Amino acid sequence: MKRLDLAIGIGGAAGQGIATPGDVLARIFVRRGLHLNAYNAYQSIIRGGHIFLTLRTSDQPVLSHGDKLDVLMPLNQDTMDRHLKLMRAGSAVLFNSDTITPGAVADGVQLCPFSVKLLAPTIRGDLVQNTIALAAVLRLIKVEFEILAEILTLQFKRKGEAAVAENVGVARAGYDYAATHFTALPLSLPDTGKRLAFLEGNQALAMGGAAAGVRFYCAYPMSPSSGVLHWMARHARQLGIMVRQVEDEIGVINMVIGAAHVGCRAMCATSGGGFALMSEALGSAAMMEIPLVCINVQRAGPATGVPTKTEQGDLWQVMGAGQGDYPRIIVAPTTIADCFKLVPQLFNLVDKFQCPGIILSDLLLSEGRSSIDPAELDFSVPIDRGDVVGLNGDSPPVNGGFKRYLITESGISPRALPGTPGHAHVVATDEHDEDGVLISDEFTDPHKRQAIHEKRMRKMEGILPLLAPPEVHGPADARVTLVGWGSTEGVIREAIQQLADAGIAANNLQIKWLVPLHVDAIVSILSKSPKVIIVENNYSGQFARYLRSETGIVADGHIQKYDGEPFMPHHIVEGVRTILAGSTKHHVPVHEIQV
Amino acid sequence: MDTMLEAGATARGQAGLKPERAKVTVKDLKGRVDPDWCPGCGDFGVLAALKQAIAELGLQPHEVMIISGIGCSSNLPGYVNTYGMHTLHGRALAVATGAQLANHDLKIVVTGGDGDGYGIGGNHFLHSMRRNVDLTYVVMNNQVYGLTTGQLSPTSVKGMNTKSTPFGSVENPINPIPLAIAAGATYVARGFTGQQKHLVELIKGGVQHRGFALIDTFSPCVTYNHDNTHEFFKQRTRKLDELGHDPTDFHGAMENARLWGDVIPIGLFWRREDLPALDQLEPVLGEGGPLARRRVGVGPEIARALVEELM
Repeated sequence: MKRLDLAIGIGGAAGQGIATPGDVLARIFVRRGLHLNAYNAYQSIIRGGHIFLTLRTSDQPVLSHGDKLDVLMPLNQDTMDRHLKLMRAGSAVLFNSDTITPGAVADGVQLCPFSVKLLAPTIRGDLVQNTIALAAVLRLIKVEFEILAEILTLQFKRKGEAAVAENVGVARAGYDYAATHFTALPLSLPDTGKRLAFLEGNQALAMGGAAAGVRFYCAYPMSPSSGVLHWMARHARQLGIMVRQVEDEIGVINMVIGAAHVGCRAMCATSGGGFALMSEALGSAAMMEIPLVCINVQRAGPATGVPTKTEQGDLWQVMGAGQGDYPRIIVAPTTIADCFKLVPQLFNLVDKFQCPGIILSDLLLSEGRSSIDPAELDFSVPIDRGDVVGLNGDSPPVNGGFKRYLITESGISPRALPGTPGHAHVVATDEHDEDGVLISDEFTDPHKRQAIHEKRMRKMEGILPLLAPPEVHGPADARVTLVGWGSTEGVIREAIQQLADAGIAANNLQIKWLVPLHVDAIVSILSKSPKVIIVENNYSGQFARYLRSETGIVADGHIQKYDGEPFMPHHIVEGVRTILAGSTKHHVPVHEIQV
Repeated sequence: MDTMLEAGATARGQAGLKPERAKVTVKDLKGRVDPDWCPGCGDFGVLAALKQAIAELGLQPHEVMIISGIGCSSNLPGYVNTYGMHTLHGRALAVATGAQLANHDLKIVVTGGDGDGYGIGGNHFLHSMRRNVDLTYVVMNNQVYGLTTGQLSPTSVKGMNTKSTPFGSVENPINPIPLAIAAGATYVARGFTGQQKHLVELIKGGVQHRGFALIDTFSPCVTYNHDNTHEFFKQRTRKLDELGHDPTDFHGAMENARLWGDVIPIGLFWRREDLPALDQLEPVLGEGGPLARRRVGVGPEIARALVEELM
């Protein structure tokens, strides 16, 4: 049987109600066990502007939002004008002919006009066109009307029976109109009998925090990270998590430090600008040896940048955040499932090694949505709090001369939670001796400074063996290896499939754990590769420069995109072709749609 | 003793303290090292008063955490045998807020200087007060930057000559007392290191007060401030209860707080007991004890419900 691959685009101005038909379609798909990937291109505007939601479903896992559309639902003229060029042969465009004029379409694209005035003459309001279009789309993809009727009934029952009847009636009219006037698409949606879950990366990060046992979450709102705050705030009372929105990101990270020091697993999320404000305090957490997890959901920078657009532009920021050398762990999840799973894993590491952990997500991953097997969201994760005295209120024997920063071979010194009898001590952001006494002022001592600095930094050596080394995905004897990091895994792997279809054997090395870096594993893989091309969403090749600094490997080619929109698979395919042809080493795709 | 402070002490009381508790003396509270402040520094007086207050309140070393920022006075936690954190410049209140909410059984005293609290930490100062976080904040106000060797501070008086204002400052200083009253602090006092017993009582009252307590304390710098000296304050400070001030009188508090001349009032300007502290308002802390003491993990039923939301 031919693989199902259906991409639906819904576009309009902010405030036109794009999310609702999107959610309805998504739920219909995942309840049949179909996989889904969704990306919403939007602007920093509450009303007006242009929003475009792409939903792509398949009976196989969906790696990206794809290149082309099978169905377009333009809710205004602007959307029609911008996106009509993405329609593939055999696709359909559904629009309200009262207000929207179609443009010129390619052969094989079915124009499906309907008149809201005709189908719903008595109903006022702009949202009625969404209901009709949605009903018509469902008819085109052969979904039974009863499913929509049930969803609308649930949605409108708050407003009374009349509202339910009115909306279901309008939907029926749209559905029947499509049946008699439009040609259904040559596909059918199977029902696998299994239901999938559907979530955005920010929800997965928040849920990962809950699974890890986060008890303190603190944030200052900043796109595109606020989804984590929203999930946490909504579930705070149910889960017993202290969630606070505070004055600024400096306050955020310092409150997290305070909560973590007394024994809570504590987490925060922000974007690049907020992260910049947190830099000094991250170093202080490392200096005081307090474990915490900080999420940076990257958006296009510098400065305020493009708040609603994606980028992988903060790699060097997080690697260099704060003054001085200090131990830190940096990880970039590559999928939404990863967003969930990495949080408890990272908490175990930072608790063990008593240092800050940074998760480097981006708008594509955090606000992009994907279906997931609910079994992947397993909350029964192993919890390792590391070497802690006084956890859960235990009262260990008195240790009057407790050495908080005892020098050990591993660099790890047992920590005692404030409130524990007999272990009173002071932690300091000034350099300090084993017992916490400052060696920054009166007792400055170069030998003690060297010893304690080495103790702290030595912890990094213990971390690397606990991290899974990266592996190659795809044929071992490929002509080219595409190296990416974090969120680009899905789109790179889809590009590899397309390249294979075109007779070009490519594979993918996707880097997840960035600091510490599995240098030996990477060198061993890349030294066997005939050609290395690095794919990343930034201008300067931040990962390429990092790879070069750590391994000495100079890539043969670079595919870089920094226009704010994520890669589409064909951008990478074209880049690989161009670079293999030898005409350039540096390919910058041009995003064809103005979003 | 100030009668209002006495009332505060009984309001909070010492219920819950077990009778067999070891008696803690000032000597027991001595830290691992001695202060490295200049001889004659006012901060010695604050350190002595704080230890005296802890001992008189019958608190055990492990029940107290002293959190500071950076500056001469912020070295204080290292000189007391309790839990302590010596955080970044200006960030003590933020760290303390996180610690207090995560373990509301701890008695948290925040210490620091005027530059640390009213300058670089100004935003946290404002918001900690409006939230009425249950913290006692003792600011050692010497109206100058000491550790950076003598520059203008947010409380330096207009006209003051410092290394950064060699021709005299043209700026108006912050007056922390009316600022704190307006911002929502529920215990606002001013102490002077030359009045030790009085200062001990103010700190005790602050620690016993449920909510945000500011104790701005004149702690003269003997090296870099030759205007606002020990002698300067000794001649001018007058206790508010001697002036007949009622700390529940908002307008009286604001008026007395503005006095700066022949008479500079010290004592408790403002207190209200009717507002709950932030931790008392947070439903998550309703039952189950301090967050930091709770076991982690999400039960299978809740986990199922969380996943079901996504389907």
